[in-house]
Amino acid sequence: MDIRKVKKLIELLQESGIAEIEISEGEESVRISRYSTAGPTTLVQGTAAPAGAVQQLGLTEGAIAAPADAGRGGHEVTAPMVGTFYAGPAPGAKPFVEIGTEVAVGDTLCILEAMKMMNQIESDFSGRVVSILVENGAPVEFGQVLFIVEE
Amino acid sequence: MLEKVLIANRGEIALRVLRACQELGIKTVAVHSTADAGLKHVLLADETVCIGPPPSSDSYLNMPAIIAAAEVTDAVAIHPGYGFLSENADFAERVQESGFVFIGPEPDTIRLMGDKVSAIAAMRAAGVPCVPGSDGVLADDNEENARLARDIGYPVIIKAAGGGGGRGMRVVNSEASLFNAISITQGEALAAFGNEQVYMEKYLERPRHIEFQVLADNHGNAIHLGERDCSMQRRHQKVVEEAPAPGITTEVRTRMGARCAEACLDIGYRGAGTFEFLFQDGEFFFIEMNTRIQVEHPVTEMVTGIDIVKAQILIAGGDPLLQRQADVQWSGHAIECRINAEDPKTFMPSPGTVDLWHAPGGPGIRVDSHLYGGYAVPPHYDSLIAKVVAHGDSRESAIARMNTALSEIVVEGIRTNVPLHQEICQHAAFKTGGTDINYLEKRLGLK
Repeated sequence: MDIRKVKKLIELLQESGIAEIEISEGEESVRISRYSTAGPTTLVQGTAAPAGAVQQLGLTEGAIAAPADAGRGGHEVTAPMVGTFYAGPAPGAKPFVEIGTEVAVGDTLCILEAMKMMNQIESDFSGRVVSILVENGAPVEFGQVLFIVEE
Repeated sequence: MLEKVLIANRGEIALRVLRACQELGIKTVAVHSTADAGLKHVLLADETVCIGPPPSSDSYLNMPAIIAAAEVTDAVAIHPGYGFLSENADFAERVQESGFVFIGPEPDTIRLMGDKVSAIAAMRAAGVPCVPGSDGVLADDNEENARLARDIGYPVIIKAAGGGGGRGMRVVNSEASLFNAISITQGEALAAFGNEQVYMEKYLERPRHIEFQVLADNHGNAIHLGERDCSMQRRHQKVVEEAPAPGITTEVRTRMGARCAEACLDIGYRGAGTFEFLFQDGEFFFIEMNTRIQVEHPVTEMVTGIDIVKAQILIAGGDPLLQRQADVQWSGHAIECRINAEDPKTFMPSPGTVDLWHAPGGPGIRVDSHLYGGYAVPPHYDSLIAKVVAHGDSRESAIARMNTALSEIVVEGIRTNVPLHQEICQHAAFKTGGTDINYLEKRLGLK
């Protein structure tokens, strides 16, 4: 489908009071919706509470996501602060770690940038990086899972 | 118009700010601790950012985390609510330096009114009557301090310059305990506020607490929205508030309100603010100014019909005030009861899961609350869970409607002070009106 047609449809949606529009042309169809069905946008992937849901939280201190079973001794490395995630030390530079990289306690895994300051995030565990859950340049919130390190 | 506002607070006031933003078509960002992911306004906000673990120092008082959250969400402005960082001049400054709008006055204004000694000096210069006092920080000069106290006349009260809200003060009845009281208060002030400066004032023995609400924009306009009576207090915490103050005439309201509005212009005030006075024997004495929205703002909103939080946001966006002084009218009487998650007799906090919540309704009833069935009141923060406001065309009508509203409230799973409020509404002295700030504690046998 012509991208210009899609853009026109988006403009039509924005200017009118229509909530959702779906158009089919032959075998192609496109649906543009004003409201995402996932409710409020949160920065925590996967553990977001859907709009209207009642969140019961324990009164003990702890991360919003209880340390999940990451499988076979996997440890979650979570963000200790709010900021923008950078995989490497500078734009275009090689990332600190990749899937499969062996890390020791204290090794730098990534940078979280906030208020023009770069904070190096170090691993609390030694093992192998099996999962990188954030994209370069994405915003992260406190407690968000960044990496899974398996011993 | 500010396109996106980050709400740097929690509980009922965060919901209040969110509602004002939504009315204005402004996108909202809710920052919250891990313990507050289930807050009602968090569930309703356009975007949410978890900023830290439960302790306030790591979350709602965490300046870098809040500003970082504004950065990653591209927020335009930050509303600090009340408490937390709302009167922290450093925070306001950092917000501005980071390129965001702080919804409130300039940092220097917050600083001026945050130091109680400089605030009093500014008010004297503006012609606002103040409590007779040392008019300055006390020096380490016992003779001079003794002379000051004699001139003022015992009893006097020693207050921390960096304090406020009832904290960091000590009453002295005679010279015998004066020097000790000064030293001890200085020590406490240093520990609590990082500032050991103290000053002296005449201690008023049976004052009422009457405060004036003001609004000022960035275009040289300042108006007052009348007064509130907040004398019903326990341990310097307000329990019941009302507007207008019983016994205050239109002439007095106009005179004092105008004085406060002019003072706003003198100090370059911007936003919503409250001038707090002690009122005794027909005289007003300025004690401090709060440079933020107050908990009890709804009673003023109910009698004037003016949305103060909306005004804060519009003023911060550069709009001139919607009303001139002549447009402000007062109608009827409004009373607010602060419902806390606490034992009604022992005042012990009562956090826990609210199994059932039923809010009152009907004509003239307004409930500002973040509660919902199944919500867990966390133990880490203050215990305010709801503000029940009753408006009527007379004070009697407002009290009667409040009685009905209190009898309709259902909160199961935690203890609340609803029974205390029901009792207060039966007190003959309350029904007559005009009780002083010592009344409730004396009546409850706490003094």
